[in-house]
Amino acid sequence: MRPLKAIILIGGRQKGTRFRPLSLELPKPLFPVAGFPMIYHHIEACSKVPGLREILLIGNYQPSESIRQFINNTQREFKIQVRYLQEYTGLGTAGGIYHFRDQILAGNPEAFFVLNGDICGDLPLAEMYSFHVERSDGSQMTLLGAEATMQESLNYGCLVENAATHHVVHYVEKPSTFVSTKINCGAYICSPAILRDIAAVRRHHQDENFSGVNGDGSLRSIESISLERDVFPELASLDKLLVFYTEGFWSQIKSPGSTLYANRHYLKLYHKTHPNRLVKNGDGQATIIGDVYIHPTAEVHPSATIGPNVSIAQGVTVSPGVRIRESIILDNATLQDHCCILYSIVGWNSVVGPWSRVEGTPCDPNPNKPFAKLQSMPLFNNAGKLNPSITILGSDVQVPGEVIVLNSIVLPHKDLAGSFRNQIIL
Amino acid sequence: MKALILVGGYGTRLRPLTLSKPKPLVEFCNKPMMLHQVEALVKAGVTHVILAVSYRAELLEKAMRKQEDKLGIKITVSIEETPLGTAGPLALARELLTTDSDPFFVLNSDVICDFPFEEMLEFHRGHGRQGTIVVTKVEEPSKYGVVIYNGESGKIQEFVEKPTEFVSNKINAGLYIFSPQMLDRIELKPTSLEKEVFPHMAKEEDLYAFDLKGFWMDIGQPKDFLTGMGMFLKAIQQKNGAKLCHGPSIVGNVLVDPTAKIGADCRIGPNVTIGPGVVIDDGVCIKRSVILQDAHIRSHAWLHSCIIGWRSTVGQWARMEGVTVLGEDVEIKDELFVNGVKVLPHKSVTVSVPLPEIIM
Repeated sequence: MRPLKAIILIGGRQKGTRFRPLSLELPKPLFPVAGFPMIYHHIEACSKVPGLREILLIGNYQPSESIRQFINNTQREFKIQVRYLQEYTGLGTAGGIYHFRDQILAGNPEAFFVLNGDICGDLPLAEMYSFHVERSDGSQMTLLGAEATMQESLNYGCLVENAATHHVVHYVEKPSTFVSTKINCGAYICSPAILRDIAAVRRHHQDENFSGVNGDGSLRSIESISLERDVFPELASLDKLLVFYTEGFWSQIKSPGSTLYANRHYLKLYHKTHPNRLVKNGDGQATIIGDVYIHPTAEVHPSATIGPNVSIAQGVTVSPGVRIRESIILDNATLQDHCCILYSIVGWNSVVGPWSRVEGTPCDPNPNKPFAKLQSMPLFNNAGKLNPSITILGSDVQVPGEVIVLNSIVLPHKDLAGSFRNQIIL
Repeated sequence: MKALILVGGYGTRLRPLTLSKPKPLVEFCNKPMMLHQVEALVKAGVTHVILAVSYRAELLEKAMRKQEDKLGIKITVSIEETPLGTAGPLALARELLTTDSDPFFVLNSDVICDFPFEEMLEFHRGHGRQGTIVVTKVEEPSKYGVVIYNGESGKIQEFVEKPTEFVSNKINAGLYIFSPQMLDRIELKPTSLEKEVFPHMAKEEDLYAFDLKGFWMDIGQPKDFLTGMGMFLKAIQQKNGAKLCHGPSIVGNVLVDPTAKIGADCRIGPNVTIGPGVVIDDGVCIKRSVILQDAHIRSHAWLHSCIIGWRSTVGQWARMEGVTVLGEDVEIKDELFVNGVKVLPHKSVTVSVPLPEIIM
């Protein structure tokens, strides 16, 4: 049997700005959700697909210690080859794949997965592969699809399907008017032949001296090719795009707020995949409510109450009488006595003083609507006011005792002098 | 000697507390507001206190019956059919006030200070005219009517309402002593002492000012109730510090009823009053607040500038601040943030209220 490969598109510095201030410290794909970097979950899912031998991370982050260490750790843990292929510039979701086609085709893989780094979910990779093998004639690509509400679908790639054959007959990325409630989840499996179609799109661009625009209206280079904007509409017209649906947990991770949603779902998934990662209540230990991940090196006082849906990273100190709910506490943060952390991310090495309250507003999908997805709200609303969101303390932020930091974003290395509400603190 | 206390109406400014109790019975520093005045009056030799009330309050009358026995004095509740302002009630109680020729005290019921009744009497007898009003220094006289008087004799020259430029920083403190002849100036109809009676008395050189030493506060609304509490505790600390609570979890001036229980790892104070039967669990921080009888503050809560009503419960990790007032028997659920909110009695608050609001 020929091997399988996987590509994880991790983007670059100029991407992931919506994820600031958290992405100021660490490439966004390495941000920990449920205790592990976002793309760790992808790699873990890939490692469970039989025959998948190699994972290529494609992006244009400068190689860094954090990336290098992450690769080493995951290679060792999953006994799978992981390599980082750095683009010289942002080449778009298809441009990077095309640029590194020789690396992808080395070893003659039968097919390769392509996963966007900023999605999360219970990705049914093996099922996608079986579906692809069954339905495809070896020249096609299968994308993972999901159902969204009419209004939300406009924020995603929308597709129209031939229900009998599961062919995508029409594809539009982020349409301005309603097209379909079927959306693209950003996970694909491709037959190698698909690279020829990407090459054709690229040639076409060059012939036309094409200068396209990005989603945000900025010009992009000739080299840049987008799977969603350039390739899928073409594949749809050639009957080369198939869709496989999932009803499992899936979401994009665009804004920091969506990490809490992803955190909650990955923790829930641990019941099935890694029950040992979830903390259990025990004598002389902190009170645990619901799903909680605590790194073994974190020190948690027995009088603290934690959960539901909390992840605590390594080296964190949780002092007596602390309450944490629906939050992510990053490496080496210190939460002092009686403080209360709700719907927040506490950054690396930050300190929250005694009796302080750090609180955000959840931005969960509407629970009353079927298929509702997480909405990544813009930072500011039409009135120019900050939309209430989760509270984020960047790295090395000092929150004094007895204050409240509500619905605020605090950039790294700040010493707060008092209480703050609905503010970005530079 | 006699004294008349101007209680007036429903005490709406101190709602929601006054929805459960007449204002004179609301505890200020663990003692009904009224009793601070009545006890000081008794000490100065007053044997008959008349409460001028413009509504019928059975609770108040019942409470006063009890105090009569306890203090060995007579307390009469004088009820106005229609509110008579600050002067009218004197006319209504004329017969009670003129049984002898002694001067009598008149007090605004919202005023708290170190009551100088004996000195007032001495001063009043010294100048021999119809009235003495107590004046106190304030920082921002422009908010009040100020009193202009002769610094040596105390004779009042005039009153200036809300002055636009500095003329004096002394204001009417709401404590008076009058000779019975003064009652001839008042008819039985709604009248204001301050606006309609005093200016005439001043013009006729019948009114003198007595300068109050020490603290003074009108505690008729929650914000000032808390400020006044801080002043009162400071005065206790200076006079008899042993009455205050001391201990490792106590910071500054804190008054705790002996029947209250305080848990471990708390930080209470400064300027906190804790009433009888109150239970404070472990790890609670309270500053500048009043916890009324039988309230329960659960673990790790943080309270600043709050009045917690009788039998109310504050949940774990709740944060309350900004002159939040809970009425009687209110419940604040765990982990909520409540800021500047007035909660009416018997309510359960289940979601955070980050901005000032009234919860019906």
